[in-house]
Amino acid sequence: MNLDFSDDQKFLQSEAKKFLEKEESVKRSRGVLEGSESFDNDLWQKIIELGWTGIRIPEEYEGLGLGHLELCVIAEELGRHLTPVPFSSSVYLFTEAVIKYGSEELKKEILPKLVTGEVVGTIAVTEDFLAPTNNNIKTEVSNELISGTKIAVPDCEAATHSIIVCKSSKGIDLRLVDLSCKEVSINQVENIDGSRGYYSIEMKQAPSLLIGDEGNGWILYESIINQAAVLFSFEQIGGSQAALDMAVNYANERYAFGKPIGSYQGIKHKLADMYVALTLAKSNSYYAAWALSSESSDLPVAAATARVSATKAYELCSKENIQTHGGNGFTWEYDCHLFYKRSKLLSLNIGSIANWKEKLISNLEQSNLN
Amino acid sequence: MDFKDTPEQAKFRKTCREWLEKNAKLKTGVEKNEFANIDFLQVAKDWQKKKYNAGWAMLHWPKEFGGIGASAIERIIWAEEESKFNVPKGIFEIGLGMAGPVMMEYATDEQKARYLPAMAEGKEIWCQLFSEPSAGSDVAGLRSKAIKDGDNWIINGQKVWTSGAHFSDYGILVVRHDPNLEKHKGMTFFFLDMKSPGIEVKPIKQITGGSSFNEVYFTDVVIPDSQRLGEVGDGWKVAITTLMNERLAVGDANGADVEDAFRWAKKQDDSGEPLINNKSVRSSIADWYCEANGLKNTKLRTMSALSRGETPGPEASITKIVSANKLQNIGAFGMDSLDMAGMLKTDDPEIQSFQNAWLGAPGLRIAGGTDEILKNIIAERVLGLPQDARADKGMPYKDIPSGNS
Ligand SMILES: Cc1cc2nc3c(=O)[nH]c(=O)nc-3n(C[C@H](O)[C@H](O)[C@H](O)COP(=O)(O)OP(=O)(O)OC[C@H]3O[C@@H](n4cnc5c(N)ncnc54)[C@H](O)[C@@H]3O)c2cc1C
Ligand SMILES: Cc1cc2nc3c(=O)[nH]c(=O)nc-3n(C[C@H](O)[C@H](O)[C@H](O)COP(=O)(O)OP(=O)(O)OC[C@H]3O[C@@H](n4cnc5c(N)ncnc54)[C@H](O)[C@@H]3O)c2cc1C
Repeated sequence: MNLDFSDDQKFLQSEAKKFLEKEESVKRSRGVLEGSESFDNDLWQKIIELGWTGIRIPEEYEGLGLGHLELCVIAEELGRHLTPVPFSSSVYLFTEAVIKYGSEELKKEILPKLVTGEVVGTIAVTEDFLAPTNNNIKTEVSNELISGTKIAVPDCEAATHSIIVCKSSKGIDLRLVDLSCKEVSINQVENIDGSRGYYSIEMKQAPSLLIGDEGNGWILYESIINQAAVLFSFEQIGGSQAALDMAVNYANERYAFGKPIGSYQGIKHKLADMYVALTLAKSNSYYAAWALSSESSDLPVAAATARVSATKAYELCSKENIQTHGGNGFTWEYDCHLFYKRSKLLSLNIGSIANWKEKLISNLEQSNLN
Repeated sequence: MDFKDTPEQAKFRKTCREWLEKNAKLKTGVEKNEFANIDFLQVAKDWQKKKYNAGWAMLHWPKEFGGIGASAIERIIWAEEESKFNVPKGIFEIGLGMAGPVMMEYATDEQKARYLPAMAEGKEIWCQLFSEPSAGSDVAGLRSKAIKDGDNWIINGQKVWTSGAHFSDYGILVVRHDPNLEKHKGMTFFFLDMKSPGIEVKPIKQITGGSSFNEVYFTDVVIPDSQRLGEVGDGWKVAITTLMNERLAVGDANGADVEDAFRWAKKQDDSGEPLINNKSVRSSIADWYCEANGLKNTKLRTMSALSRGETPGPEASITKIVSANKLQNIGAFGMDSLDMAGMLKTDDPEIQSFQNAWLGAPGLRIAGGTDEILKNIIAERVLGLPQDARADKGMPYKDIPSGNS
């Protein structure tokens, strides 16, 4: 019985933490929010140099050949430090999809470039102001050429390629598109968390390459986001912990009525509730990390459980962190809102909590909850 | 990360499992109350004795007291396996979980030899006499008195909410020996024979209609000084040992859980459709599933630390708050799902389990540290926030305001 990370994995995590602290990742996140770029390219290049983009890429494709657990501990630190880079799009979603469903030829060509950052990937699914499903995708492919418009696609400023979820004669396909081709136009779309970039992608007969089986794309997409949900849940618990730590520090230092506000139960119990939610989320994320790394058939349930708990924890911790900071918490100057906004971005990016609860329950219905 | 037992743990689990299979029935899902209308106390005692004879009763205790010297992890493995079987619960937990460790730490060797094996065997049942009418959360506010009289102490006063006092043979007791001292310093700890002259036990009827706890009155009850546990004035220190154990012993709330809610929702018809098709029901069940598994996985993290011989982190402190509230919500869900009929008493074991959950959960949110006190503990001891300002700090006990109770 060992529901914990190994000493090597913990070491990797503490090195990642030191690195992101030294690089002032949170400050850089604010820099992106206030600047004109949608990610911090300097930090992104440093992360590439550390090899994190190739963590899961097998050595034969010039990656580090490590496992999902190593990726989980990195994700927790990226979340804790609000790291403003296209890591999640390129690594949790795009790279994982190529590793899982790419042809040997594609892997040979693209995986080494994902390691070096020459290729950066993202995934495009949403088309309208409602949840994407296998029934409402309109972007269409015929003769390998894709036409249609995607909105809310993350990280396109950095991305060179995107996987497009589109409709084909056989059903839903996953297709790879080179974003630099002339049939594709990309526009930044302002979003609530300005420390990350969202884009629309308009495709007019853009050339594409099929990934995985034709017509089977929605199932593949679901399986990709099941994996990503686990990694995002680690970002969420990292962010929750950071927000809780901020609130605890402030509650110890801020005085009102002659005492630290942390000595009032209104604050104490709030912070205890945050701790409880975070502990549940963390334990569920650990279990999901195990399910992911061991390719357990329990992954869909474990991932949804981690996702729902981590979403709840981060939303609670980030909003109550603002509350604990009083008027200061509502200012642009304090970092509270950075966590609040990131928590919402992370709780919507691969589908809302309502959707993940639905996935959880329908999976339990199939497995007959024992 | 892995969920495999080590070869030794697997072997141990198999031994537990084999013994349990021979001696008890596996749970099937919907448990009929097999123990209704029978002498539950006797059934529980028989089961305890069976366990004791095989070494399982207090398996982490040394052989001389009836254990097998099991490690913390083996103890958890046993508990995991036992929980899969339908066995009588609720009689011995307080004695074994709270009186046991205190006796082990503070009693003399002769006392241990005399009392511990009988406690483990279930021959003698123990209760915990801490709470008083004016001292619950603030148990150090207690006022029952002990006055030294030669080699004896004379006890006067009242305890309340004493679970199992009506069938207990012995009790652990904390009382005030000097009201002139600061409240935490003026207390002393004893164990005593519940059949001593001057003890009167009066059952209290609970909101469930049953009576598992009692008022206990003491009128000139004599306790020999040899039954003092710890030094005179160390009562609080000794009590804290048991309260720490209590937090582990009380832990998970037994009763209707997410599996039961799920099974129910799948078959129960609500205007021709199973409830599980209702969005809000799906959402609630998802929440309970996340909580239940969050607790289960938290326990696994604790076990992982124990397994490596490390001290577990504070994560287990969330167990009772989460599980007691979940129990209350699941109970309410089951009853609500029956609409007007949810209020009706019935023989249906599933409906009963929701009603029992709903009726019992309020007690669990109070017993062994209320939700509010547990949140204070998390805030202060885990998160490091300042202690609550105390109105009674440094005052002699007798000068502390105590309201009307
Ligand atoms: C949008 C906005 C507009 C405002 N406009 C005005 C205005 O026009 N004029 C003006 O004068 N002020 C204004 N304020 C200030 C506002 O009244 C204060 O922010 C508010 O009273 C809280 O005070 P604080 O920010 O100092 O937080 P603090 O008092 O430091 O509170 C921090 C946290 O501690 C908690 N806390 C404090 N004391 C206790 C206690 N005893 N028990 C439990 N919890 C406690 C608080 O609830 C909060 O969660 C405005 C604030 C905002 C956000
Ligand atoms: C089913 C059951 C079995 C029990 N068995 C035993 C037993 O075997 N032996 C034994 O000794 N006792 C037993 N108890 C007693 C139990 O330990 C106390 O009921 C509990 O500690 C609360 O004390 P109280 O009832 O006096 O409530 P109080 O302490 O008066 O609390 C009343 C309310 O005030 C809140 N409150 C109190 N102090 C604070 C604070 N500082 N901050 C915020 N809120 C506060 C509480 O949370 C609660 O909501 C049992 C109780 C129950 C319900």
